[in-house]
Amino acid sequence: MNLIELRDIYKTYHLGELDVPVLKGISMTVAHGELVALMGASGSGKSTLMNILGCLDHPTSGQYLLDGQEVSDLTTDGRALLRNKKIGFVFQSFNLLARTSALENVILPLTYTHEPLSDHEANSRAMELIKLVGLEDRAHHEPSQLSGGQQQRVAIARALVNRPSLLFADEPTGNLDSHTSQEVLAMFEQLNRQEGITIILVTHDPAVASHAKRTIHISDGVIVDGDMPPPPSGGAS
Amino acid sequence: MRLFRILRTMRTALKALLRNPMRAALTSLGIIIGVAAVIIMMEIGKGSSAAIQRTIANMGANNLLVQPGTAASGGVSFGAGTVMTLTPDDSEAILKECPAVLSAAPLVRARTQVIYGNRNWVPMFIYGTTPEYLVVREWTAMAQGDMFTDSEIRNASKICVLGQTLVRELFDGASPLGKEVRVQNVSFKVVGVLSKKGANMMGMDQDDILIAPWTTIKYRVTGSSATTGNQSVSAANTTSGVNSLNKLYPNAQLNLYPAPSATQQADTPLPVRFTNVDQILTAARSSTEIPLAMRQITQILRERHRLHSYESDDFNIRDMTEMSKTLSSTSTLMTNLLLSVALISLIVGGVGIMNIMLVSVTERTREIGLRMAVGARGRDILRQFLVEAVVMCLAGGAIGILLGQGFSKLITAMLHWPTETSIAAIVSSVVVSASVGIIFGFYPAWKASRLDPIEALRYE
Repeated sequence: MNLIELRDIYKTYHLGELDVPVLKGISMTVAHGELVALMGASGSGKSTLMNILGCLDHPTSGQYLLDGQEVSDLTTDGRALLRNKKIGFVFQSFNLLARTSALENVILPLTYTHEPLSDHEANSRAMELIKLVGLEDRAHHEPSQLSGGQQQRVAIARALVNRPSLLFADEPTGNLDSHTSQEVLAMFEQLNRQEGITIILVTHDPAVASHAKRTIHISDGVIVDGDMPPPPSGGAS
Repeated sequence: MRLFRILRTMRTALKALLRNPMRAALTSLGIIIGVAAVIIMMEIGKGSSAAIQRTIANMGANNLLVQPGTAASGGVSFGAGTVMTLTPDDSEAILKECPAVLSAAPLVRARTQVIYGNRNWVPMFIYGTTPEYLVVREWTAMAQGDMFTDSEIRNASKICVLGQTLVRELFDGASPLGKEVRVQNVSFKVVGVLSKKGANMMGMDQDDILIAPWTTIKYRVTGSSATTGNQSVSAANTTSGVNSLNKLYPNAQLNLYPAPSATQQADTPLPVRFTNVDQILTAARSSTEIPLAMRQITQILRERHRLHSYESDDFNIRDMTEMSKTLSSTSTLMTNLLLSVALISLIVGGVGIMNIMLVSVTERTREIGLRMAVGARGRDILRQFLVEAVVMCLAGGAIGILLGQGFSKLITAMLHWPTETSIAAIVSSVVVSASVGIIFGFYPAWKASRLDPIEALRYE
C-alpha cells in the first residue's frame, strides 16, 4: 500500500472577490520508504502542496489518503494529532526554540502526544535520536551555541522523535553552506536507507533534488513529471 | 493522564517564562505592586482598626456595669443601686461561669476626705475593689509599686493604690510609696501608684482616684453599705413599719445578732457585715461579645438570686455600645476605601500583563507555528499562554505578599503605625491575582491559539 495517495487535489485561495487557483488537480502517490524530491519554481504551488501533504492545510477538493486514512476532511485538531503522530518537519530556518537545550528541543513534540510519555522515557528517546544524528556531546547546548548544520541535525532529531512515517524537509539546506548541506543530505539518505523513513524533500535546487531517487516536478499548479513511484524493480528515472 | 498533561503544560509555561526572565519580571511588576498595595492597605487598615478598638476598649467601651436594682419601701423608691443583692461572690461567679466575660470586679464606693500630713483632698472616686478592677479598666500598668493582692482583700488590709491626681494633690510630686494616708481616720499604706489615664468621656478626671481592697473600704471606711446609698434610705427607715419586703430587702441595718450592750459595743466595735457591693464592673472579651456577655450575666445572676421566671431582674446591666459603634464603623469605612484604591492598581497591573502577553504572542509567532506544526492543538497553545499569564500573576502575587508584609513591618518599625497581618488580605490577593491572570491572559492566549500554523511559521 502506498503511504501517500493524492487524487485530484485542488486548492483555491479566496482573496476578497478574487479566486486564485493554486493547485489544479494534482494526483500522485508516494510509496513507503521512498526518498522523493518535490521541485518547482517559486509560485508553482510547491509550498501549498507541501502544506497539504504535511496536513498543515486542507485541500479545497480532492482526496488525500495518508497511510490509507482519508485526511482531507479532518478538523484542525484532528490534523494536529495526525501531524504529531505521523509527520515530522524540518524547516529551512531550523525553527528551534531559543535558549532551550537541544535535548529539550527534541522533546518538544513529545509534549503534545496523545498519550504522554513519562519524563524518563521522553528523555531517553530524545537522547537516542540525538545520538542518531551524532550530537550526543552537544545535547545540552542551546541553539545559539550550535553551528547551522548542528542546528539542522537537532531539527531532524526533533522531527523524528515521534517515529513518524513521513518526514518533510522544506528547503532543508537553504540556510547552510555547501559542505554542511552535503552532510545533512547524506543524513537524509542514510535515514531513508537504514531506518526506512519516507522523506519528501521540497526544494528548488536540482543539486539537492539529485539526492532523491525520484523527483516530482510541479509547475503552475500541476505535476509535470514523476507523479508515480518507480516500479518495484527500480528501473525508472 | 489529565493531571499529567496539566503538569506538562505548567512546566512548558515555566520554561517559556524562564527563557525571558526579565520580561516576565517586568510583566509581573504591575501585579507585584498591586498585591503589595492591597496587603499594605489591608494591614494598616486592620491595624488602625484594632488600635482604635483597643483605644475604645481602654475608654471602657467593652465594659458592662452591673448595678443592683431599686429598692422600694412604703411607696418610696430609692433609685438604682439601692437593693443590697449584689455580692462579691456574684462577681466571682460571673468571672468563672460567663465565657464571654474577660474579667469582673466588685466595686464599693465611698466619697470622703483623704489626708496626708497637712494636706487633704476629696478624690472623685474612692473604690473598694479587687485587683481585677485594673484588668477590667485595662489599666494594669502601674507607675510605681504594685496593686494589692487577693490575700490582702481577705485580710481587709489597710493599704491603697493612688491615682496620679491624688498623688499630686497630697504629695506634691514626692513618691507616696510606703507613706500612710488617712481616710476617715483609717490609715492606709500606699503600695502603688496608677499610671495616668486622663479624663473619661464625661470629662471626669479618672486619675483622681483611690483604690483599696473592697473589704477595707466596706468594713473600715463606710461601715455599712446602707449609709453610702441614697440619703432617702434613712428617711425610709423612719417609716419602716409598712415594709412588707423587710425580710428580703432590709431597708435598715438588720440586727442579725442580738443587739450588743453598750459595754460590748465599746469592747468590740465591729460593724454588722453585709457582704453586698455597690456595683460589679465587668469587661466583655470583645465588643461583638457584649450582647452575649449581657445574656450570660443576666442568666447567672438570676440563678444566683433565685429569681422566679415571673420576677423581674433585681439588677440591671448597662453597656457603652454608643461609643464603640461609632468608632468601629469609621475604621471599617477607612479600610474599604483603601482597599478599593488598591484593587484599582491591581486592575492596572492586569492590563499591563495583557499588553505584554499580546506583544509576547506576536514575538513568539514562529514558536507558536512550530508548536502547532509538531502537533500542538489550538487548545494546547491557549492553555500554555493562559498558564503563563496565571503563573506570572501568582508569582507576582506571592512576591507582592512578601513585599507588602515587609513594607507593613517597616512602617510599623519606622512610623510606629499599628499594622496587623490580615489572612483575608492574603487570600483575597491570591484569588484576585489568579483571576487577573485568567481574565487578562485569556485574550492574548486566545489570539495565539487562533494563529494559522502556515502563516505563523512564515512570520518574520
